[in-house]
Amino acid sequence: MNAAEKQAAGKASVKPGLSLRRLRLLSQTVFLLLFLFLLVQTAHRGSFRQVPEPIRLSYPVKIFLELDALNAVATVLSTHSLYRGLLWAVLVIMATLLLGRFFCGWLCPLGTLNHLFGATRRSEPSPKYIERNRTRPWQSLKYYVLFGLLVAAALGTLQIGLLDPISLTLRSLALSLLPALRYLLFELLDAIYELRIPFLWLPADYLGRALRAAIFTPNPTYYRVGWLLGGIFLTILLLNRLIPRFFCRAICPLGALLGLLARFSLFGLEKNHEQCDDCNLCLLHCQGAASPQGGVKWRAAECTLCLNCQDVCPRDVLHFRFFPNLRTSVALQPDLGRRGLLTGVFAGLAFLPLARVSPGVEKNSHPQRIRPPGAVAEEEFLARCLKCGECMKVCPTNALHPAWFEAGLEGLWSPVLIARVGYCVDSCVLCTQVCPSGAIQPLSEEEKLGQAGKRPVKIGLAFIDRGRCLPWAMATECIVCEEHCPTSPKAIRLEEVVVTRPDGSKIKVRQPYVDVERCWGCGICEYKCPVRDRAAIYVTSVGETRSLTNRLLLPERRVS
Amino acid sequence: MTEESPSSRREFLVRTAKAGLAVAASGALGLLLHNREARRPPVTLVPTHRDLSVPQPAGFPRIVMVRGPSPRAITQAAIRELGGMKAFISRQDIVVIKPNMAWDRVPQQAANTNPEVIQALVELCYEAGAKEVRVTDVSCDEARRCFQRSGIAAAAQAVGARVILPEEHLFREVALGGEVLDRWPVFVPFLEADKIINVPIAKQHSLTRVSLALKNWYGILGGVRSRLHQQIHESIADLAAFMKPTLTLLDAVRILVHNGPQGGSLDDVHQLNLVAASVDQVAVDAFGVTLFGYQPTDFRYLILAEARGLGTTRFEELKLKQINL
Repeated sequence: MNAAEKQAAGKASVKPGLSLRRLRLLSQTVFLLLFLFLLVQTAHRGSFRQVPEPIRLSYPVKIFLELDALNAVATVLSTHSLYRGLLWAVLVIMATLLLGRFFCGWLCPLGTLNHLFGATRRSEPSPKYIERNRTRPWQSLKYYVLFGLLVAAALGTLQIGLLDPISLTLRSLALSLLPALRYLLFELLDAIYELRIPFLWLPADYLGRALRAAIFTPNPTYYRVGWLLGGIFLTILLLNRLIPRFFCRAICPLGALLGLLARFSLFGLEKNHEQCDDCNLCLLHCQGAASPQGGVKWRAAECTLCLNCQDVCPRDVLHFRFFPNLRTSVALQPDLGRRGLLTGVFAGLAFLPLARVSPGVEKNSHPQRIRPPGAVAEEEFLARCLKCGECMKVCPTNALHPAWFEAGLEGLWSPVLIARVGYCVDSCVLCTQVCPSGAIQPLSEEEKLGQAGKRPVKIGLAFIDRGRCLPWAMATECIVCEEHCPTSPKAIRLEEVVVTRPDGSKIKVRQPYVDVERCWGCGICEYKCPVRDRAAIYVTSVGETRSLTNRLLLPERRVS
Repeated sequence: MTEESPSSRREFLVRTAKAGLAVAASGALGLLLHNREARRPPVTLVPTHRDLSVPQPAGFPRIVMVRGPSPRAITQAAIRELGGMKAFISRQDIVVIKPNMAWDRVPQQAANTNPEVIQALVELCYEAGAKEVRVTDVSCDEARRCFQRSGIAAAAQAVGARVILPEEHLFREVALGGEVLDRWPVFVPFLEADKIINVPIAKQHSLTRVSLALKNWYGILGGVRSRLHQQIHESIADLAAFMKPTLTLLDAVRILVHNGPQGGSLDDVHQLNLVAASVDQVAVDAFGVTLFGYQPTDFRYLILAEARGLGTTRFEELKLKQINL
């Protein structure tokens, strides 16, 4: 068959009507849009119609994380229980056991984006494009990555979120690309607005308002090291230009897990080898590099069930069906090298001790490792946090940020509060509502504030830097920290003293003191402190309720 | 030698002309953009004042205090006694109502202006023929939560007001022409309004002791306004000089007596069921401090404001009317 014939054959084989491949395309579109919709909805936008209380999100924004089989399996290994909504993942696991990696080809938002960025036009059957879709030995890397991550999880440190496609995509979009897109769009709109062309600025104004109301936050958000998160994600997308779905084929630990589960799958590709004339159209369109072509066995563990091969095959060679012929057509097990597996397991074993011989978790914990309210004790936290970024996305004041090394190597990109950027709103519990894995336990407003006879949940404690504080060091009035302190009675009290100014005159100022019993570490004092570069009052994690060791006072004193 | 003639004369001329143009253009552009000064030329702003006051019709009391169980009824009565909203609002006016909506608190906690008071005012403005009534504030806490939980956004929007969030792009640098306040970003709706009604709530405050109408003007500013506290009395007087409202109505339905200005506990709240309204914002504050047991002359910012001719602290000497509903 020459190229022209192939092309004609490829086109002719596009079956009209609702083929399974089109259904797959529809499913990918719907789930990607749903994913983006829920991402955008992971925010409090304010409702001017609602009665005041209480503020909750309207949509199940964490559902993709809960459908993620890797999240379920790895947290079971690290915590020995399946947390709340992660039970949904069992449905996906059961379906994968029967069908194979449909999740990758039909649901996964990163899979869909990779698919989109690696898409080949149907009429380009050049050897270059065919060759890059052959099964390669390096595709086994993802299994070794998976084994390493699972071994680390079993030892008690959850690192799957670094590479899990759902967490990775959520984190990258929410903390980097979405804010970056907002920046770009509003710079453009501002530029249009500044031109003051009558017929242009009004639509620009309305567009800006609509975007702020429906998609972005009213004011810009900033996330520490956001550039790196976005950079990694864009690199993953660009790699598709070299090898389609490179991330899915070589790295994705969720794909690897689902690939392993696919070994029981009853559904698969039956090949009529005699009919095949090696046109390689199936290879040209293969998403998983799963050997769809005639003459070799199809690899269940690599196939994303995109169904392209069946659709483009001009000769009736390829058919997806239940109970395909295992002897002639199907290889259920992935290619796993013993050395690779051992390397993965060894890396997983080595990670935890290496990470923990540096001081951090128990000894000499970082003072800025301020966790959100409701966070469980640090060791349990590291066994639960997926680093997905949901809590950081939903935080209304932009207070939560991906950690750099405040929580050690293990805690990379887990949430920490940076009070200079935002503070914990005393009546807000949204971060505790969106955590899919119980690293942050759900709290009610009453539990958080310690009403009804309970103690409030402390996330840290404020300290005054008397060398920078205006009334303490500069004979100048201020009281801003006290004014904003949300506890009642206030956790910052003022003492009136007469101090001397540089010119020798006397002035009465009010100097702030922190009440260690009442302060729970919200950080609004640090946020509002008029000393802009480094605040004269700052919060550190000491006294946090969740820790038995990072304490300051004996815990038995009661708050009146 | 190459196999074909490398360049004809024509090609030689065209290429030389193109290269020459490119060289000339880059040189010209360089000279055009050349500048020894790294700083942008400073933008000079003309000091402005927002005087939105309207002469009060003769025969009506200058200040009115109304007490009663319904926040809505006492608000309506207060405005009626001052001469009615029609005396102050013209047809087609854009009216901005400025509640204190600074805190992420519910109405019972008395950190924000009473939503029923705001709702009554919005209705009165529309009845008087206002084109649009805008309700907004530059909150201290996260604005969306403040607007929602204060109940003000819902109450105002229900009767047709436009609620405007203090978004970052809606601020404009303004020369306030004050003694301590020079240039400051001001929230644009306050610059564009035809009429402004200031509706503070009476609260304790550790620096000024009481936060009333004049202190409420902090909420028109953006920027790092926590710097203003260093000379708070002068700042407040400067703001009052910059912004002369059409009307001032003090909400003392509930007042916050401890842990101001944001409170948090119902123990901090006293219920007075009272509003006070006037065209003189200084007089309203002078009356307001008496609710906390102080004398107007104890407040330096009131003395400064009076000295600048912004109003009177001797509110008892005005023609006043007290009503119990």
